[in-house]
Amino acid sequence: MSLLVGAITIGLILALLALGIFISFKIFNFADITAEGSITLGASIAAALIVAGVDPVTATIIAMFGGFIAGALTGIIHTKFNINGLLSGILVMTALYSINLHIMGKSNLPLLSEDTIITQIESLNLMANKEMTILLSTLLIVSVFGIVLYLFLKTNLGTAMRATGNNPQMIRALGVNTNHMIILGLAIANALIALSGAILAQFQGFADVQMGIGMLVWGLASVIIGEAVIGDKSIGSLIVGAVLGSLIFRLLVAIALRWGMNPNDLKLITAIFVFIALVLPGLSKKFKKRGVTVK
Amino acid sequence: MITITNLSKTFNAGTPNEVCALDNVSCTIDKGSFVVLLGTNGSGKSTLLNAVAGNFFPDSGKILLDGSDITNLQEHKRAKYIGRVFQNPFSGTAPDMTIAENITLAVRRGRSRGLGWALPLSSVDEFKKRVKSLNMGLEERLDSPIGKLSGGQRQALTLLMATWLKPKLLLLDEHTAALDPKTANKVIQLTEEVVSKDNLTTMMVTHSMQQAVNMGDRILMLNNGKIVYDIKGEEKKRIKTHDLLALFDEIRKREQVDPTTAEMLISNYV
Repeated sequence: MSLLVGAITIGLILALLALGIFISFKIFNFADITAEGSITLGASIAAALIVAGVDPVTATIIAMFGGFIAGALTGIIHTKFNINGLLSGILVMTALYSINLHIMGKSNLPLLSEDTIITQIESLNLMANKEMTILLSTLLIVSVFGIVLYLFLKTNLGTAMRATGNNPQMIRALGVNTNHMIILGLAIANALIALSGAILAQFQGFADVQMGIGMLVWGLASVIIGEAVIGDKSIGSLIVGAVLGSLIFRLLVAIALRWGMNPNDLKLITAIFVFIALVLPGLSKKFKKRGVTVK
Repeated sequence: MITITNLSKTFNAGTPNEVCALDNVSCTIDKGSFVVLLGTNGSGKSTLLNAVAGNFFPDSGKILLDGSDITNLQEHKRAKYIGRVFQNPFSGTAPDMTIAENITLAVRRGRSRGLGWALPLSSVDEFKKRVKSLNMGLEERLDSPIGKLSGGQRQALTLLMATWLKPKLLLLDEHTAALDPKTANKVIQLTEEVVSKDNLTTMMVTHSMQQAVNMGDRILMLNNGKIVYDIKGEEKKRIKTHDLLALFDEIRKREQVDPTTAEMLISNYV
């Protein structure tokens, strides 16, 4: 039971990562690898500030702001200097590795005896079962951010942002600065990702400079699973799908590990999974087409 | 009113692919005038339109719109004054967004976009009414993604969106070239309705002699980045497709002789 609750809680925390990846991958159509640096950035800022005695909620908000700046930086490098989106992300991610080490002062920062948002939630004594309290609190946080993101994407600014990814030529002709939209969008995405990292570090009790590795593919897997499960491409469904996908993916991983899968193979299998998920729609179309010509 | 003065643009300057797309072009287009731009491929007619739209900045020259200099204004900033319809029917709309969402994007052309609700219920009636004027039955499908519509329907909507807020200038870039003849006629008919209703200043690029003859009050014919004929007033009203074809033929013949012999021949015989 506690294993399951733990897996769901981590799935929910990483759903914030999935929401960030949803913005870059589904709205702007590119895989923003800044995520791997900004999730660690969020964790290290929150951890370092908490160790320094800052209130954990404040620390988490500052961590989010750090992610916002990292994302904006990727957007600026991409749009103002005309560097390919993936490469811009790689540059920022690489730079963040050193920055994260500087923030933490070492490669791993434990938080075990510190006051974190998790211990704060526990001390509220809302329910007898502490693990369930934490699970439901994370669910609440994810729901709030999911709803706010949904509402944002339905505003004038949000619609212009979606159009920027969908048809930049058209939205420029309607008077929108597409560069600003991309910069703002990536900033929001990475703020969510840093928030995910900040909460994850407090939940697992440490921040580690390596914790971001493979997180982009992880987020992509969540978004793709969610889209497949919900089967609808409207904004609301995609957002719910990203959260659901993150949960399902985390559960699948927990089950696989329970069955005795070597944890070292986890990233290999994730990568293969995402590869298949990306290729499958194209392949099935091809086969369908062939079927028609044969008839 | 739009005033273009000595506008020049060379693409790929200094390379073997150097193309002088606009060569010292000057013209003045009156308020409410409907100008048709004609010319062969590579004559510079689309380049002229794109220069006005702000797709690129010219090497030299000036573009004034109602007296204000827009030469170095970025594309998205001059969008406030300019409505555009593109050659590709897929270029003017966002395919994954609904018809209503696409329209809301056009409703705020050139205005600030904040955190206000993009699709207030109060606007649905007006959307329906204006979409209904297209006579395509699209008013019942406001919530379906625009990508599901045909090219002609999308082009008609793009036209509606470009003129939703009355633009100071409407730019049409071969906007019927990619459509089948029947749909093209429909879009042309809509274009004439929209332009005459608001008396819009319009520049239209086309390859169709028929459209050039039937539409607008002025024809600018371009060749090698220069305006070679400017047909307006009574002359425009009288002109027929075969007259235009004769002009094209003349341009072609002129190009066949090299410049020096041409000069000699002109001085001897003309």
